[in-house]
Amino acid sequence: MNVKEVFETMEYGPAPEGDSEARAWIEQHEGRFGHHIAGEWTTPGPVFETRNPATGAGLAEISQASQADVEAAVAAARKALPRWSKTPGHGRAKVLYALARLVQKQSRLFAVLETMDNGKPIRESRDIDIPLVARHFYYHAGLAQLMDTEMPGRESLGVCGQIIPWNFPLLMLAWKVAPALAAGNTVVLKPAEYTSLTALLFADLAAETGLPPGVLNIVTGDGAAGAALVDHPDVDKIAFTGSTSVGRHIREATAGSEKALTLELGGKSPYIVFDDADMDSAIEGLVDAIWFNQGQVCCAGSRLLVQEGIAETFYSRLRRRMDGLRLGDPLDKCIDVGAVVDPVQLAAIKDLVNSSGGEIYQAAIPVPTDGCFYPPTLITGLGPSDRLMQEEVFGPVLVATTFRTPDEAVALANNTRYGLAATLWTENVNLALDIAPKLVAGVVWVNATNLFDAAAGFGGVRESGFGREGGWEGLAAYTKPVVKTKPIRPVAPKQAPARAGEPVDSVDRTAKLYVGGKQARPDGGYSRTIWGPKGAFLGHASLANRKDVRNAVEAASKAGNWSRSPAHLRAQILYYLAENLAARQDAFADRLKDLTGTSGAAEVAASIQRLFTWAAWADKFDGRAKGVPLRGIALAMNEPVGTIGAFAADDAPLLGLVSVIGPAMAMGNRLVAVASEPYPLAATDLIQVLETSDVPPGVVNILTGSHEELALHLAGHMDVDAVWSFSSSDISGTIEREAAGNLKRTWVNNRRGRDWMSPEGEGHAFLAAATEIKTVWVPYGE
Amino acid sequence: MQVEERSVAATARHLPQVTETRNPGMPLDLDWVRSAQANTSAIERRAATLPGRRSVKKVHQAAWLLRAITLIDLTTLAGDDTPGRVRRLCAKAANPVRPDLLEALGMSPITTGAVCVYHEMVPVAVEALAGTDVPVAAVSTGFPAGLSPFRLRVEEIRESVAAGAREIDIVISRRHVLTGDWTALYDEMAAFREACGDAHAKAILATGELGTLRNVARASLVCMMAGADFIKTSTGKEGVNATLPVSLVMIRAIRAFEERTGSRVGYKPAGGISKSKDALTYLALMKDELGDRWLMPDLFRFGASSLLGDIERQLEHHVTGRYSASHRHGMA
Repeated sequence: MNVKEVFETMEYGPAPEGDSEARAWIEQHEGRFGHHIAGEWTTPGPVFETRNPATGAGLAEISQASQADVEAAVAAARKALPRWSKTPGHGRAKVLYALARLVQKQSRLFAVLETMDNGKPIRESRDIDIPLVARHFYYHAGLAQLMDTEMPGRESLGVCGQIIPWNFPLLMLAWKVAPALAAGNTVVLKPAEYTSLTALLFADLAAETGLPPGVLNIVTGDGAAGAALVDHPDVDKIAFTGSTSVGRHIREATAGSEKALTLELGGKSPYIVFDDADMDSAIEGLVDAIWFNQGQVCCAGSRLLVQEGIAETFYSRLRRRMDGLRLGDPLDKCIDVGAVVDPVQLAAIKDLVNSSGGEIYQAAIPVPTDGCFYPPTLITGLGPSDRLMQEEVFGPVLVATTFRTPDEAVALANNTRYGLAATLWTENVNLALDIAPKLVAGVVWVNATNLFDAAAGFGGVRESGFGREGGWEGLAAYTKPVVKTKPIRPVAPKQAPARAGEPVDSVDRTAKLYVGGKQARPDGGYSRTIWGPKGAFLGHASLANRKDVRNAVEAASKAGNWSRSPAHLRAQILYYLAENLAARQDAFADRLKDLTGTSGAAEVAASIQRLFTWAAWADKFDGRAKGVPLRGIALAMNEPVGTIGAFAADDAPLLGLVSVIGPAMAMGNRLVAVASEPYPLAATDLIQVLETSDVPPGVVNILTGSHEELALHLAGHMDVDAVWSFSSSDISGTIEREAAGNLKRTWVNNRRGRDWMSPEGEGHAFLAAATEIKTVWVPYGE
Repeated sequence: MQVEERSVAATARHLPQVTETRNPGMPLDLDWVRSAQANTSAIERRAATLPGRRSVKKVHQAAWLLRAITLIDLTTLAGDDTPGRVRRLCAKAANPVRPDLLEALGMSPITTGAVCVYHEMVPVAVEALAGTDVPVAAVSTGFPAGLSPFRLRVEEIRESVAAGAREIDIVISRRHVLTGDWTALYDEMAAFREACGDAHAKAILATGELGTLRNVARASLVCMMAGADFIKTSTGKEGVNATLPVSLVMIRAIRAFEERTGSRVGYKPAGGISKSKDALTYLALMKDELGDRWLMPDLFRFGASSLLGDIERQLEHHVTGRYSASHRHGMA
């Protein structure tokens, strides 16, 4: 093409970004990489090839980590831990600051290498990924600096095993490594096998920043290497970003291991367009939602919901916009959509689209035949029951349907197993602020999409995982309270005496279950006799079974209004509970003495005080407005988790129960509580207090029975959002394993006790467990 | 489609105003006007990423810059304009690039899109450009404020047309937009268009004085409904002139208008575009948002005075590989 010809055609020409620096770095390592352990490269072991997905050409050979390699890396991290975790915040801050600077100084090298290895357009790696990486390290340098004073009483977890995906290789490294190091942990990180190069470059260059050897170790390889890390007994925390199926497997594999776990998994995030939206901007937003990074984004707005009246116009404008996208060589600076990461992924996308119904439109643009390219695709006319409206494609494929009313938009948006992100477009602030809290998602973008920042928490609910990355909440996930816990003493029920003692009640009392605001007989029709320590007959306690769990969860689900009720109302009801408990404090004290043989007065007084504490908290656990680099606000809102199942402490029959009812109710959750197994009658007595204190039906449900049996059913229930256990029965592993089904959050005691009379029985740990942080981004400006 | 557009391109360069059916306008549709939205922060984000999304290099860059020259309304709108000054500008418009550079680039001679002057300078410019295809555009209607008596503003258009101006850059009454009096704006624009006769009406919205992007979107629609051939951002005298966000809003309005009516309306950003890089960004914006058809002088113009000089230096750099200096190129 000469000047004169282009003058007539006005075509775009090639605008390639140079790759010689990146190739030189690979050459420096002779094209073969070992693992980076304790600040040294290992001799490359059995290797596999990492390829450029845009061309299929090999880039380098990467080592497949063996069990021994993983063990060496974990040992190096363990060895580096004492010194790093005791390094003052300022010392850690200086290293993180140097890492941020390093990324900035080598920004083009990182960007080019990322694009070569992953296939994403250089514009994205250069203008989005790498700047966000630098920003993440800067922000966490600040958190490290402030942690000593701002997070008193918390310390690092220890050795963190981190497994990251191939869609944002270096950015996900930053999201994992920065908070871990800021909090004083040491790390073994396994990048995805398709995209290990930028992690290796990072480790290579990080030595120049004063990062002590062993603090960050990189092992490469496939899922087997990841599994070895997950299963390693000397790892204190696993942080994983990737598919829901692998996340579920990790949840099962780590169950009962006492490892901390955070999971950031898949999504099928809704993208809602109301009829008063700026349609062209909403369409441009879709380009950033689903054609960003070839749609290989966990929070991609992949499910378009358009108000029916504007749908046809919207679709036709969208198709025109799709035809303007440029697909091709990701190193070209004039390309919008690059290559899918691997032929395997490309084949999966093709299969899903080819098997879909609906009207399939693909951008009328040239698609390179070499390399892993797939055209931007829009599928209209699908319903919620269609496969592609439910399943994640992880490719440049948008599915669409219409809605009639805001309520229907919310219903459609939430009709999914996932809950990572949601986008909504409207020019009506009333509508936007009404809808955002109703969307089941960890992140909501108003009139924008795919905005990220280190200060704003990111993470999901439902099967999109749990835990937040970014902000103070993200740092919290890499710390634990500094407490010396003791192993819990199993509390056995008092044995039946050789000869039954006198009944304590002059008239027989029947202790039932409490479900949906009513006292209910157990479905199975079985009860257990409860004896006093000296052989007195105290009564019968119902033995709840799986159907009672079902009924209780159903009642809790129906009590959704509680989650939307004003905090002041929740506080009033908690105070009223305290008032009514106080009115009967002598009766409760007597009951506790009958059950346990020791005076119950102090426990009752503590229970009344605890209800006051939670009534106080109900309207005081404020969210935050995050300082994101944008004209707008990112609100971190504390929302209720939903339905919580809780196994109350065995050794504090009343206080243990009140200590889970309080935070759950205060934060707007509904609760299915399982009472102390050996001493259930304090809980059944509390039913009358609940009944007389204006607690709406279904908000608190109380079951009695075997913790071991009920753990299976409560943790396995798909409509329960979280399970807590303070039981002295060894059910932590069961709960974590069963929770994998719908990836509900868990908070279990791992056979460690808690002093319920002390501040350990209340406070921020309970607040955090009773809430999910939703980040709502609201850019503004007229 | 591609082939057809290319041949149109070749013709349009020389006869900018005869290839396109003019926008006949349409009755004022207030429902449409009032439903137009412009989300400022989303538009700003899109605009901020535009320069990073497109890159034109080497041969393509030289060709695009040459095309940009053919789209410039070479302008002088100063109180001290004299016939001599205007003749000099016209000479530059007829020969904007040094012949040796054009030859090195393998190009035939090109001209700028038009010359833009005040009414009093129209006869001089028409005479100076006789024998070229470069049209003379006159700013009119009490430019820049548009607050002289309505009767006189209409008459000013007629006189400029009679003096030989083939394009009239009119200014709208900002107060009609700021008070939401869309009917008044429509009637004013329709009267201006009528007075233009065969001359093309380029409606200057003075976007820097309209307060919001939503107002820009609505004013754009109303002016097109009333028959504007072009919509233009600024007089060059407002505090803020052409910006990418404003351009995006006006371009989207043009696209919506074409979608609804089939009529293509031209776009002219004016003021503040002085670098080759900016020109390339604008060309990419037009190409991506509206299509190649809007890369021709009958549908796209730059209102600019210093842009040409920067492009000339870039072209010499392309030819020689050395950075250029302004004194090596003939001044306007």
